[in-house]
Amino acid sequence: MQTPIRNNIVLFVCVILCFLTTFLNFLNANQIKVGSQCSISSVKQAIIAAKKWDTIIIQNGNYKERNIVVNKPLTIIGENFPVIDGENNGQIFLIKADSVTIKGLQIQNVGTSYVEDRAGIRVSIAKNCLIENNKLFNTFFGIYLAKSENCIIRGNEVTGIAKNETEAGNAIHLWYCKKMLVENNHVTGHRDGIYFEFVTESKIFNNISTKQIRYGMHFMFSHSNEYFHNRFTDNDAGVAVMYSSHIYMHENIFADNWSTVSNGILLKEISDSRIEENIFEHNTIGVYAEGCARLEIKHNNFTKNGWAVKIMGDCEDNRFDENNFTANTFDVVTNSSLSHNLFEKNFWSEYTGYDLDKNGVGDVPFRPVKLFTYIVENIPPAIILLRSLFIDLLNLAEKVTPVITPETLTDNMPMMKEIKW
Amino acid sequence: MVEVKNIEKSFGKLTVLKGVNVHILKGKVIAILGPNGSGKTTLIKCILGLVLPDKGDILVGGENIKNNWTYRNNIGYLPQIARFPENLSVSELFRMIRDLRKNQNTCSNSEKCCSELVSLFQVQTFLNKPLRSLSGGTRQKVNVILALMFNSDLYIFDEPTVGLDPISCVRYKETILKEKQKGKTILLTTHILSEVEEMADEIIFLMEGQIYYQGSPKELMANKKAHTLEKAIAKMLEEHEQIHTC
Amino acid sequence: MQSLIKIFKYSFYDVLRSRWTVLYFLFFLVSTFALLYFSGNMSKGIVSLMNVTLTITPLISTIFGVMHYYNSREFMELLLSQPIKRSNIFIGQYLGLAISLSFSFVAGTFIPFLSYGIFVSQEVWDFSLLIFTGAILSFIFVALAFLISILNENRIKGFGIAILVWLCMAVIYDGLILMFFVSFNDYPLEKAAVIMTTLNPIDLSRVMILLKLDISALMGYTAAVFNQSFGTTSGMIISLLSLSMWAILPIVLFNSFAKRRDF
Repeated sequence: MQTPIRNNIVLFVCVILCFLTTFLNFLNANQIKVGSQCSISSVKQAIIAAKKWDTIIIQNGNYKERNIVVNKPLTIIGENFPVIDGENNGQIFLIKADSVTIKGLQIQNVGTSYVEDRAGIRVSIAKNCLIENNKLFNTFFGIYLAKSENCIIRGNEVTGIAKNETEAGNAIHLWYCKKMLVENNHVTGHRDGIYFEFVTESKIFNNISTKQIRYGMHFMFSHSNEYFHNRFTDNDAGVAVMYSSHIYMHENIFADNWSTVSNGILLKEISDSRIEENIFEHNTIGVYAEGCARLEIKHNNFTKNGWAVKIMGDCEDNRFDENNFTANTFDVVTNSSLSHNLFEKNFWSEYTGYDLDKNGVGDVPFRPVKLFTYIVENIPPAIILLRSLFIDLLNLAEKVTPVITPETLTDNMPMMKEIKW
Repeated sequence: MVEVKNIEKSFGKLTVLKGVNVHILKGKVIAILGPNGSGKTTLIKCILGLVLPDKGDILVGGENIKNNWTYRNNIGYLPQIARFPENLSVSELFRMIRDLRKNQNTCSNSEKCCSELVSLFQVQTFLNKPLRSLSGGTRQKVNVILALMFNSDLYIFDEPTVGLDPISCVRYKETILKEKQKGKTILLTTHILSEVEEMADEIIFLMEGQIYYQGSPKELMANKKAHTLEKAIAKMLEEHEQIHTC
Repeated sequence: MQSLIKIFKYSFYDVLRSRWTVLYFLFFLVSTFALLYFSGNMSKGIVSLMNVTLTITPLISTIFGVMHYYNSREFMELLLSQPIKRSNIFIGQYLGLAISLSFSFVAGTFIPFLSYGIFVSQEVWDFSLLIFTGAILSFIFVALAFLISILNENRIKGFGIAILVWLCMAVIYDGLILMFFVSFNDYPLEKAAVIMTTLNPIDLSRVMILLKLDISALMGYTAAVFNQSFGTTSGMIISLLSLSMWAILPIVLFNSFAKRRDF
């Protein structure tokens, strides 16, 4: 019994000490004002003048500055969104120190460079930063963090003017980071809205990512992250997540991602992850899964997608439970005649079976893969025959005696009513 | 009134009319007779513009009827088969046809005319019945009324008395004679020869698409020394056959 | 012109009161209510109704067209003896039948959707398009039926040919397209598919509705070509022109045959 108490006391003392040092720092801290009427009229001057832990307050105005290096722990706050304008000539903030806060600024026009990845705010090898409530416009990369830890990126509005993939950066770009919070940001008009590579133990929530010319969100090799309450709409290629495990995605909305290659979400080699209570609506493909294993896909709504789920033959041991498939053109497509995935207790609006024992579960299994889906897979232009009487007759024949469609891909317990949670 | 000049008509390989010339004067009752398939109905339909002749011209009231439809203002026609839109009522049918001929001054009093005819032929009780529910006889009465109600200058009847009951038959004949006295021209086909004897001023006897005889029935009877028209015609046909077998 | 309207008016009254038209109306009323009830949601209901519409409307229009033409032969004779232009009689009869059939169809489908609140839903345009194509299909197939009837004095033969034409357009044509796709899979087929679709009114109507209902699927891969061909304003105009040609051409032909015809 003694050891925990002693530990607690040590912890307590530590906390007090920490608190005291910060408090002392604050006592030490000064406020520096920047403005056209002040003695200091540029942000760079202010940073040079500032000591560690100082606060720089930038008054409303137009500051034509770039390559501002923040090399000590500072808090930089804008009053009424002062404009820091790079005049299309270079990167604006480069944060190289821990515990830097940037708040309430409007950062714009970094210009395009083919040599360097310019960003509105770049954070490099830093801890505990806070980037909050900024507006970034035309910044190529918006907020770019590399090899950083424990930062919060919150409430920023990042607007790009990207036209094509090769001349565009990402709105929020994280590389080799961990323990990050990305929340309440609104990003639009970039190549990828939120981009993660080698990012772990982070939370991404309440963000809105729309109208990117590629992915609304894109991550690779980023394990153990949680994504929730985000909206990914109108992105040219939807959302792509690859080569990651232990992902928990819930209550996100993937909608209106329309184009020839657009997926609500593309899952490539994702394993041991959960995808729950998301809404997939009006996407060309709702979920596209390739090389995925042990996914639990539960309580999602698939509504009015072209293809609700496209699952390739190399996916194994994935479960689709209690999802609603409503008014999709095709519910499930696969390229293999064998299926190693389980569909159970889903609601299918296409289901025409009956429930004689009134237990809410249909008495005949449902086959979500139709003959016509096969035809379209092999002869794409045949989609023009969609919903024609001839095709309906073919589908009916195949339904009665399955020859081509995978016999194992069935939902043996199709629900009679839409599932609520 | 009606001038048919050298009309020829064939349906496919079958030649129905082979150069028919007819001149019909105003105020006469003319009966077109002939065996089945002799071209009676075709001739009538040619005059009405239902059948377009291959050759020849037809003048009605001095007007050439080719590519012309206004001349039908002066014609009242009774078709051989009476079939009407099933779901209209009798009065609606009357109203419809009246409506269609409204802008013609000849039938300014067609409504009055119509109601007189309706009571004459005792169709009052059927006025609001749909046409599909009528019996054949009543339908024929409706047919007769439709043909007569416009006070036309020329009446064309194709087998008018088929299916009519005796009273209606008599009334129909009376009406025809009355119209004749008004100076109307009446052209009819029939198989009932007593009727022809009774009413016709002239008969046109068609055979194999040609006019075999044209003249008054009395003349024909006198010619063939027969008491009835029926016998006269039978004699005529016998003579015709003898000519052909010789 | 006046007489055309009059002929149309009476033939419209006549057809509208026929028990077949009433049955046709009731059929759509009941089946639409049933579809809405069983699918529970309006967009699903529209999809199911589309299948019914694209099959039944042309079939019934064809049958009614042939029946009406043969049944009114004798009455047409009476009308032809009236002082009216020939073409007015035929066009009037055609319009009377086509409009009353589309009217039964529109009313039969509209009432259930109205009671389910179509006007406050997002699907109001999809539904309008469906109703519109259903009505146009009635016009097209009545026209075809009239044309077939006037070319065939024998009513059994006319009836058979009309049903065959419907079967070809509704089912066999699509089978042929699929066979064509299968045999020429190595070639780019999109253009051919667009052209073949434009040539069949049932397929064209179907694709026009699909562009509203299944746009997500039609955005995928090659189907984007179809969207560019039919989804744009000019594509829409071409589709509508093609559909109206399908209604106008047979009736113009019918009219020219009727002008030269003996009754």
